[in-house]
Amino acid sequence: MSKEKTLIIGGGQAACQTATSLKSKKYDGEIKIFCSENYLPYQRPPLSKKFLMGELDKERLFFKPEKFYTENEISINLNSFVQRIDIENKEIFLENNKKENYDNLVIATGTIPRKIDSEKKISDKVFYLRSIEDVLNIRDKIKESKKVTIIGGGYIGLEVAAIINNLGLQVTIVEMASRILERVTSETISSFYTKVHRQAGVEVLTNTSVEGLSENNNGIEVITSNGGIVSDFVIVGIGVLPCDTLASESGIDVKNGILVDEFCRTSNDSVFSAGDCTMHPNIFYNKNIRLESVHNAIEQGKTVASSIIGEKISYNQVPWFWSDQYETKLQTVGLLDNYDDIIVRGDTEKQSFAVFYIKDNIIIASDCVNRPAEHMMSRKLISEKVLIDKDRLSDETIPIKEVVN
Amino acid sequence: MVKIIYIEHDGTEHPVDVDVDTSIMEGAVSNSIPGIDADCGGGCACATCMVFIGDEWKDKISSMSDEEESMLDFHEYKEDSSRLGCQIQVTEEFDGLKVKMPPSQH
Repeated sequence: MSKEKTLIIGGGQAACQTATSLKSKKYDGEIKIFCSENYLPYQRPPLSKKFLMGELDKERLFFKPEKFYTENEISINLNSFVQRIDIENKEIFLENNKKENYDNLVIATGTIPRKIDSEKKISDKVFYLRSIEDVLNIRDKIKESKKVTIIGGGYIGLEVAAIINNLGLQVTIVEMASRILERVTSETISSFYTKVHRQAGVEVLTNTSVEGLSENNNGIEVITSNGGIVSDFVIVGIGVLPCDTLASESGIDVKNGILVDEFCRTSNDSVFSAGDCTMHPNIFYNKNIRLESVHNAIEQGKTVASSIIGEKISYNQVPWFWSDQYETKLQTVGLLDNYDDIIVRGDTEKQSFAVFYIKDNIIIASDCVNRPAEHMMSRKLISEKVLIDKDRLSDETIPIKEVVN
Repeated sequence: MVKIIYIEHDGTEHPVDVDVDTSIMEGAVSNSIPGIDADCGGGCACATCMVFIGDEWKDKISSMSDEEESMLDFHEYKEDSSRLGCQIQVTEEFDGLKVKMPPSQH
């Protein structure tokens, strides 16, 4: 009998984790990874941080060196675009009519940046940030520029603003909503980061929607509801879309992401999915969610590996994220989902504080700025659903570890 | 390159060559040493690269930041000799360093 075969589509965190977890769980089938980029699977978080700054060589972004894949007999195929999946015959189709059959298929295709205007030809002065290649291009552009406009005041936009500001360029952030980070966090955190960026010299424009882009000899003009902004180039960070077309076209159920259950199984028995591209159930918040996060990619990668070898260990995680901007490290845990109270511990002026989001006297999420202890404690309190005393939580004379008796 | 010996919780030793100026965590990950997860990739954001380092190496290793100390404080298997692998840059002086791993990082 021939060996079982698992194919993995994608070259990111979830794809790599699935393969390494399969290996550590002694899976004895064949494993093949198909990456669309020309790089070994790599970490994305540093792209908008240290890698953009130029502090990290690209080799240090790779999760594993090439020899890892060779030694573990994982076939890694770069520049390999999967065109189509035939779920009936369990085959994937690559370019030049090459095809490959599978027993298990893992779709870990991640996301693509939402385009500002998909109809328009993309100018060489407009950049998106998703890949090593994108960042290398932005780094080259930074060297010859003095002014940049960033469209979108989400985490990517803000991290990039901080780095480029540090590199000495004049930065303007344009945000359509009434505050930056509106989609992901509270007013408290939004105001804090608005202030941090403005103090650093970044111009932050809210309630400003983009109506068009116009190129001229002086650079590129972003035409907004509040007038035009001319700069040397533009970076767009207005969110991402799940790469779920390959799945949907093959007949796998999708709904703003590839639908999976708690075992990361799709609507087809032989197809699994992990990472940013999945729409998955979260038991702590009792709903289906899609997450753009390293932690989720890792945990779902592990879940897929368990499911493939038949362990049946369900995904059961409180989400967490982090963001580095200037001298601040923000660590977020949980989802800000219908909270009824906010408790701030510490001092926003001192750039050291934690914001706890509370529902029925239980912490459901927290944003901690330069407060690792509060972050770690929150993880524990959220997952254990511990009842808290709000007065003790805000009282800094009580160490965070002793807030709950 | 220096030789670092990573020791799994069950005692299995992995002597490997690690580049100077990378971190103890990176040395483990790039050599596929089991027992160090490094979920956040070195951002001091996750506390999944904890290792134990003997007292005799204390003078040669950079001291701990408050941030690292706080993260470690919540690790289930924290001991006095605990450090986060991502926060320690490898120097020439590390040749022969032994680092031990906890039973789990979560």
